[in-house]
Amino acid sequence: MAAAVTGLQLSQIEIRSNAAKLLGIDAHVAPGTVLTVMGPSGSGKSTLLGFLGGFLAQAFTASGRVRIDGEDITALAPQSRGAGLLFQDALLFPHMSVLGNLLFALPPTVKTRAAREAAAEQALTEMDLKGFGPRHPDTLSGGQRARVALARTLLSQPRFLLLDEPFSRLDAPLRAQARRLVFSEAQKRTLPVVLVTHDMADAEAADGPVIRIGTPA
Amino acid sequence: MTPAALSRLGPPLLVILLGGPIGLGLLFTVLPAFGYLPALGGNVFSLEPFQRLLAEPGLWKSAGLSLWTGLAAALLSVALTTAFLAAWSGTRPFRAVERLLGPLLALPHAAAAFGLAFLIAPSGLFFRALSPGLTGSATPPDLLIVNDPLGLALIAGLVAKEVPFLLLVALAAMPQADGERRMLVSASLGYGRMAGFLFTVWPTLYRQMRLAVFAVVAFSSSVVDVAAILGPTTPPTLSLRLVRWSADPDLSLRFLASAGALLQLALSALAILVWIGFERIGRHGRENLAANGQRFPGDRAVRWLALVLQALTVFALLAGILALMLWSVAGLWPFPDFLPLTVSIQGWSNLLPRLAEPLGNAALIGVLSALFALLLALFCLIREDATGLAPRWRSPLLYLPLIVPQAAFLFGLQLMALWGGLVPSILSLTLVHLVFVAPYLFLALAPAWSAYDRRYEQVAASLGGSAWTVLWRIKLPMLSRAVLASLAIGFAVSVGLYLPTLLIGAGRITTITTEAVALASGGNRRVIGAYALAQMLLPALGFLLADLSARLIWRRP
Amino acid sequence: MRRLLAAFGLSLALLIPAYAADPADWNAVLAEAKGETVYFNAWGGSENINAYLEWAAGELKSRYDVTLVQVKLDDTANAVAKVVAEKAAGQAQGGSVDLIWINGENFAAMKAQGLLLGNNWAEKLPSRRFVDANEKPTILSDFTVPVEGQESPWGMAKLVFFHDSAKTKPEDMPKSAADLLAWAKEHPGRFTYPQPPDFSGSSFLKQVLVELAPDKAALAKPVDDASFTAVSAPLFAYLDQLNPLLWRGGRAFPQNYPAMKQLLADNEVDVIFAFNPSEASSAIASGELPGTVRSFTFTKGTLANTHFVGIPFNAKAEAGALVVADFLLSPEAQARKQDPKVWGDPTVLSLAKLDSADRARFERIDLGPATLKPDHLGPALDEPHPSWMERLETEWTKRYGAK
Repeated sequence: MAAAVTGLQLSQIEIRSNAAKLLGIDAHVAPGTVLTVMGPSGSGKSTLLGFLGGFLAQAFTASGRVRIDGEDITALAPQSRGAGLLFQDALLFPHMSVLGNLLFALPPTVKTRAAREAAAEQALTEMDLKGFGPRHPDTLSGGQRARVALARTLLSQPRFLLLDEPFSRLDAPLRAQARRLVFSEAQKRTLPVVLVTHDMADAEAADGPVIRIGTPA
Repeated sequence: MTPAALSRLGPPLLVILLGGPIGLGLLFTVLPAFGYLPALGGNVFSLEPFQRLLAEPGLWKSAGLSLWTGLAAALLSVALTTAFLAAWSGTRPFRAVERLLGPLLALPHAAAAFGLAFLIAPSGLFFRALSPGLTGSATPPDLLIVNDPLGLALIAGLVAKEVPFLLLVALAAMPQADGERRMLVSASLGYGRMAGFLFTVWPTLYRQMRLAVFAVVAFSSSVVDVAAILGPTTPPTLSLRLVRWSADPDLSLRFLASAGALLQLALSALAILVWIGFERIGRHGRENLAANGQRFPGDRAVRWLALVLQALTVFALLAGILALMLWSVAGLWPFPDFLPLTVSIQGWSNLLPRLAEPLGNAALIGVLSALFALLLALFCLIREDATGLAPRWRSPLLYLPLIVPQAAFLFGLQLMALWGGLVPSILSLTLVHLVFVAPYLFLALAPAWSAYDRRYEQVAASLGGSAWTVLWRIKLPMLSRAVLASLAIGFAVSVGLYLPTLLIGAGRITTITTEAVALASGGNRRVIGAYALAQMLLPALGFLLADLSARLIWRRP
Repeated sequence: MRRLLAAFGLSLALLIPAYAADPADWNAVLAEAKGETVYFNAWGGSENINAYLEWAAGELKSRYDVTLVQVKLDDTANAVAKVVAEKAAGQAQGGSVDLIWINGENFAAMKAQGLLLGNNWAEKLPSRRFVDANEKPTILSDFTVPVEGQESPWGMAKLVFFHDSAKTKPEDMPKSAADLLAWAKEHPGRFTYPQPPDFSGSSFLKQVLVELAPDKAALAKPVDDASFTAVSAPLFAYLDQLNPLLWRGGRAFPQNYPAMKQLLADNEVDVIFAFNPSEASSAIASGELPGTVRSFTFTKGTLANTHFVGIPFNAKAEAGALVVADFLLSPEAQARKQDPKVWGDPTVLSLAKLDSADRARFERIDLGPATLKPDHLGPALDEPHPSWMERLETEWTKRYGAK
């Protein structure tokens, strides 16, 4: 096998709950593409994301390997994997301003305070949120919060993205806009993406391979 | 009358029953502090009591000690609680400690302090284990460990007892902090476990715990019983000198004691102000660090350190109980033997025939005040359900009895009871205990109450249940575990109360705690051991009963 | 309004002493005492004493139908304070303290403030005829304050030192305060005294004061500033030298006698002292001290005093309190109290005044291995006036207790 398979490699992953097999996946997610995992609630979609991100709940056991750009990260702690997470809720920290949330995500390699704030401002501008830095998360609309959450995740310079039904809480018109934004940003940065959802429209917009779990084949 | 209508009584009752004794007690402390107490010959207002207070030798050293031990104990307790939560919340070791919280909280302060003293003193269990093997000496080392002038032993004793309290408060506040998901986000951003917790969960959690932390600061800077056992003696802390002045046969010292009580009040307030300064510095540092983006991913060593320190506090309390048990059955036990040379049941045989009355009184007052406090809490919580929110003054009022130093208002309350010709009775003691029991019980019950999914009530009501039926048949049974646990905590608080029982019971009504501390003045370790164990008995029984009844109610066929 | 009511209550009590029991008519006292409950406020720090009082309670119940309840104090001053507070509140009757165990400073304070029952009741008790006030003059003058029948003697106390003969030799033990200082220089860290104002600790200060004071006559009078400085100068010069040589370098002190006793048991110190000659024997009997502990005193004498029971002016069960005070003075109760296996507190009675049966009760007592015979206790030194104690405690605290 080639030394460096780029993208996210999911090799013979199997997740079990009390010896009962919950799901099995073997897939390769190329940089800039989206793998959509679909299934009804309770099918173990979120459990799969937990495994990839390093947060598998104690009730489950898993086998298989996860590699990113050839590096095996299966045994790494969550904070060392470089997984960027987006959830249904934006989960902005309520005790920090928008700027504080972004600075928190920016890696410490950007050193001076001025440079850090400039990078955060830049990210806000890209999300069409120029000048929102001092605002408090509570004062933002749902769509604005989702964009800050995306900016925050991207600023942390993740190696891949894990999306847990990130659009389901948004209104229909906003949802399409948000999808476009997330997928185009991922493409621009050539990040492999795993998306779990039960919304067919998400899968269509992702325009990549789709795996269905939890339903009879 | 519906529960909601009846519950209108709740908030005013809470104000009267908690605010009344504190307000009146303070008033009757302030008057003599300014020289006014006609019956003792003080007919005009004057500053003389304060002049006398300032002339007391070593006054500022005592005051400084109170401030230092209070702040240091609070800082260490908060730091240890935070570190342990940050490093281990949600894990197996954390749940092990969580299960021990009830019993550790129930351990009366005085018993815990004696246990610690028996453990760490130069002639204690620890040095007995090392001698003569490791120390090479059959004589206890001449080290100033207990009663040291810096109050380190006092601080250690306070930390061991305050950490379980803070953990309990933190656990109750945890749901509001959305900890699990915030930890996910911070970990996915690359933050280490402890850093992630501190930056994202702790700020919300701390805001919920803040008044409890103030209570710890105030309590640690004004504690009496623990300071008497572990604290410095040359001079002792201000709180201890205060209690001694107020008990002096020399009448004029009553004025001095009242002035001292006001100084204590100011001192505890100053401690809280300094603490608010600490908060500012801490927040500033945290915000700067978070904005710098340092990830601190490698926190393994610190996590283990936090676990070791936490285990050490639990171990110290448990080993202290072991030391108490050994002494309670010891005959002759010379240093450096690790176990007593002879066993003697003298401590217990002396004690047992005399246990019935103080145990009975403590149990009766404990049950009455806990039940009364539960009713009060239910009234207030049902009222809050009806109005949809907790009044803004609720938390400050509940924490008032825990923040105002006990001596500052109890002394005045005692004088007032005499004025009113109140003979000490189970009822008057229950009312005074209620002031301290109600806050703890309320704080233990409120989180479960507000977390209750009220749609169950709506379902039950739509099925035709009256408001009373819904309360009795649906809501209270579903919350029975929390109700029983809060009763056990309220009961344990009542049993452990020393100063209020002593001052208001006036020796006519004694409980196991006043008996234990009175006997402890004799310094016989066998008797101290036996009484401290007897003192633990009731709270332990309370928690056991609460647990068993909850199991019974939730039994599945 | 309150003050008016209080004053009114007080004058009523003075005008109509309807309930005052007269101990001269003892049968009337016994009749009135029937069914009463006597709250006896007594230091509760010793299990031996508590057990003794329980025995007394049993006897009083079956013989006189009087219920004796010990209110266990950690400091007698608390009970005095209670009576003070009741007087402050104008409560001239039905007070919460019926009987109180006191002497010295507390007695002086209560007597000066008129808090004690007067009318010379103590000298009218039936058992008073056995009391030995000739050989034991402190029965009539408590710390130089005239007793005047306001308290009834209960037991005798004399300062005695203890050491463990298995660890230190009797002939090496100091024979005077000056000797003790020399001994401490050779054995630093092996002696201490309870921290004044603890009663035992203050007693040690007084022992040294009495030994070293240039003008001993001044000690019998109330203290004044001029005499205090001059008379106490040798004492504080002595303590300046002694304290750094104490256990823990004098930076901490045991809080009371039992804590100091524990230090001897733990081998943390070599010499302790108590105000009760049979205390060591009692402690050996209860397993608190090893059987090799022995007593010694200073050749030129040690402090001696008497402890008493008093009845507050507003006692609710006055007749009952009189019956209890008389019972505590009876030969039977006094003999039991002197037995070191029970308590070991020396009697206030004169054996010569007892009949042969009662005398036999005392002669049967085994005083135990560590108790000196009465003729080996050495001369008795008088206590200074109580005002000295207060000044000594204040000065000590200023110099050593609040550095």
